[in-house]
Amino acid sequence: MSTTCVTEGFPTRFDSPGLRLVKGNAAMPSADALTADLAADLDVAFETLVVSFQDRLYSFAHRLCGNREDAEEVAQDSFVRAYRALKTYPSDRIRALALQAWLYRITLNVARNKWRRKRVRLVSLENGGADGEAARRAWEAPDAAERRPDSRLEQEQDRAGLASLVATLPERYRAALILRYVEGLRLEEVATILKQPLGTAKSNVHRAVNLLRRAISDSRRAKRSRS
Amino acid sequence: MKTNEKASASQTLAIARSLAALPRERAPRSLLPAVLERVGLGDRYWQIETPIGRIYVAHSRAGISMVSRARSARDFEKNFASRFGRPIGPDPARPPANVRAVVAGRLRARDANLRFDLRGVSEFERAVLLKAFEIPRGEVRPYSWIAREIGHPEAVRATGSALAKNPVPVLIPCHRVVRSDGHIGNYSLGGPQNKRTLLEAEGAQPATLEKLAASGVRYFGNAAGRYFCFPTCGGIGSLMRENRVHFASGREAIAAGYHPCGDCRPAAVA
Repeated sequence: MSTTCVTEGFPTRFDSPGLRLVKGNAAMPSADALTADLAADLDVAFETLVVSFQDRLYSFAHRLCGNREDAEEVAQDSFVRAYRALKTYPSDRIRALALQAWLYRITLNVARNKWRRKRVRLVSLENGGADGEAARRAWEAPDAAERRPDSRLEQEQDRAGLASLVATLPERYRAALILRYVEGLRLEEVATILKQPLGTAKSNVHRAVNLLRRAISDSRRAKRSRS
Repeated sequence: MKTNEKASASQTLAIARSLAALPRERAPRSLLPAVLERVGLGDRYWQIETPIGRIYVAHSRAGISMVSRARSARDFEKNFASRFGRPIGPDPARPPANVRAVVAGRLRARDANLRFDLRGVSEFERAVLLKAFEIPRGEVRPYSWIAREIGHPEAVRATGSALAKNPVPVLIPCHRVVRSDGHIGNYSLGGPQNKRTLLEAEGAQPATLEKLAASGVRYFGNAAGRYFCFPTCGGIGSLMRENRVHFASGREAIAAGYHPCGDCRPAAVA
């Protein structure tokens, strides 16, 4: 005979007369505690998973996609996909998950699928399709409107500029670069997420930096010639 | 060549630094509720009739998160959204049998295997609520009793505030906590009259308790067993009148050679 309470964050249990209390911390749970909670009761612990990772996945999606609408959709789809996958996993498998890498990979896959759909729309434009404007915008530098230098502080402008240059890199390099430097992950984890050998991940990061450096100097040159 | 390499290494470092300095974006507030809704874990509520009218009982997958009264379902939805920052919708299913049984008084809350979602409740408030949860149906305890039982005998006022903020009244029976002077005290779910109604429905006889307190009686003693209790303690309610003695304070009872009852714990046991 017992009662269950859930408080801040993840569920853990302690006893009191007649009471099964599910209690949590204001602080985020460690990855191990979270996977254990997900394995024990997915429906109770799932919200904590979203709260723990939503900023990371949304931010990652934003850097990948270059705009907020797509980022929110990608982050949302990623969590939904994660939930559905977890629903089918036996608890041993959930407990053994490298949660962060797994979630980043899901996000990356969701974003890739999205780009694939956009590319299809562009083909229809070249064939004289009606969806011209949207498809053209898909190829415009992301957040182009935000970059127009009306009222932004210079630093914000630089950051937005850098972020949108990142978003123009070819996808395989872009993902590697963002994971390594923006998200600050170790190379081993980057390789896991990209499902690449360590050496390949390393050289992709390296090439991404070179491409970005070239893109930065190109954009500076373009700016100078405009002014 | 070497100079070029050096320059490129320092550029790489500069790029890495500025990438690391890109701020982490905060997920929009709409993300969490949208995800929970899509996977079928969104918040829902039931409407249940009680002696004090219709109450709205909100629940997440984690447990019951809010009990309140409202003029209409729409008003309740609005209150919930402004308090928790996420939307809520009606639960098409009937409330589960254990929730209905507790509200109807057929089942003790502590035996009902209820689940509560108490996020946003502080450690102290939680201790107060859990202590209130232990008070049996038909009985009452003073605020000071809760404060003492949770190890903060000085925090009587804070105990009152914690109970006033109880997000799940009725199910966590904060209406069973009254003032030491016999006054029934305030009640967050629609005022003292509702508290009285709930206590009467549970057989706690608040009017009798107030009369007793007004005449200076706070405890009953069992002359045969030499122990003393709160007047509503289940063990002593059925005491034969000739065995019953009255005390105005715990100190008086102890001075008369009585020890505190182990069930209702009217005083700290030395």
